[in-house]
Amino acid sequence: MHWNVIVNNFGYFLVGAYPNGPLGGLAMSILLALGGIFGAFWLGLVIGLMRISKSRSARYFALVYTEIIRGTPLLMVIFWFYFLAPIAFGHSLPEAESALIALIVFTSAYIAEIVRAGIQSLPKGQTEAARGTGLTRFQAMRYVILPQALFNMIPSFVNQFVSLTKDTSLAFIIGVNELTKAATQVNNRTLNAPTEIFLTIAVLYFIICYVLTALSRRLEKRINRYQARNR
Amino acid sequence: MSYSVDFGLVLAEPYGDWIVKGLVTTLKISAVSIVFSLALGTIVAVFRLSRVRPLVWFSLAFTEFFRNTPLLVQIFFWYFGSHAVLPDFVNQWLYKQDFEFAAGVIALTVYTSAFIAEEIRSGVFAIPKTQLEASRACGLSFLQAMGYVILPQAFRIVIPPLISQFLNLIKNSSLVMTIGVMDLTYMARQIEAHTFHGFEAFTVATGIYLAISLIVSYTINLYNTRVLRIVAR
Repeated sequence: MHWNVIVNNFGYFLVGAYPNGPLGGLAMSILLALGGIFGAFWLGLVIGLMRISKSRSARYFALVYTEIIRGTPLLMVIFWFYFLAPIAFGHSLPEAESALIALIVFTSAYIAEIVRAGIQSLPKGQTEAARGTGLTRFQAMRYVILPQALFNMIPSFVNQFVSLTKDTSLAFIIGVNELTKAATQVNNRTLNAPTEIFLTIAVLYFIICYVLTALSRRLEKRINRYQARNR
Repeated sequence: MSYSVDFGLVLAEPYGDWIVKGLVTTLKISAVSIVFSLALGTIVAVFRLSRVRPLVWFSLAFTEFFRNTPLLVQIFFWYFGSHAVLPDFVNQWLYKQDFEFAAGVIALTVYTSAFIAEEIRSGVFAIPKTQLEASRACGLSFLQAMGYVILPQAFRIVIPPLISQFLNLIKNSSLVMTIGVMDLTYMARQIEAHTFHGFEAFTVATGIYLAISLIVSYTINLYNTRVLRIVAR
């Protein structure tokens, strides 16, 4: 076993060549995941609300959007944005940007489904009561429905964030400098420790994802208890 | 830069054949992995439900580890690093096969079986405990009770989530292109590299994945509305 390869390159796995060069490694993966979940939350919220809106065309658009994206592998979405940006905009996007856009678009379809299910799982009386007190549809959604629904959705969002963190590894395929790329670079350079290298980065991903999964389970329990008390 | 969209090119010789070959490889690797992951997933789920401590721990570690690491990393691990963890005769045998394909199958199988084990476990929990107690009281052993009483009922409940896991597997199988399995995504990428007509190649490939997904999810809905209603009755 050649664990010294891991010891020598551990800093590179964590932050890439930073601060002497571009940021990479695990830090870049986390950055991509954070940017991705932030963008996907807002886009997913809009699509999810469109999905239950009164306007038929908005509903159909949201339905087609979510069905197409959820029926397509993420890798395809990444290729779409990477190879088609030059055709659409006339110039190519940097790898990290186009991977981030692809991750946002892909995840937003799943977030939209979470938002839709979360809103629909609230009792109908909430909307009716809010409308009955004279709030407009928008106000009822903004001040009564969404605060409750979003609170209940927190565990699902955390789970989605875990998937997204795992999905950032696909950005490597178009050449983004993140953890998986760092691993393949070190593997190509050293050639004698592939098992150790890929085991190590698997463990790095695992630590982040497992901590978040455990957090989401605790939150879910707590939210269930909170709801049971209020019932 | 002007770009003329030309679907005829992608579907004509030889690229049309590439797409078909890629699709066949995708279906083949998915089918093999589905069979193996269903078997492995069931075993891991039964371990989890058994009362034997080490088996429960193994199953917990297995599901948590493989569900919380990226599939791509697992594919690389099995492709580049499996020689160190598998016994020698298995390695020798694997190298004689199509090794990329085999590594892809192992990675997809292990990854998906962790999810399948969780689905089966929650399906078994949905069966009332009295079923197990009653069958044990009739004199069945734990394995017999599982095999003849609990699992047949649980499978009926878990079929829809299982099928959506299989669907995920088909979509995830696009990642095996990174180790050189010539699947649908690999071929689309290849056509892009040969012709610069990435738009058409990716549209066709996306359309095929989408068609598979829609057909499968339509089948699940049909199952949900027809079969599960009959069971509920």
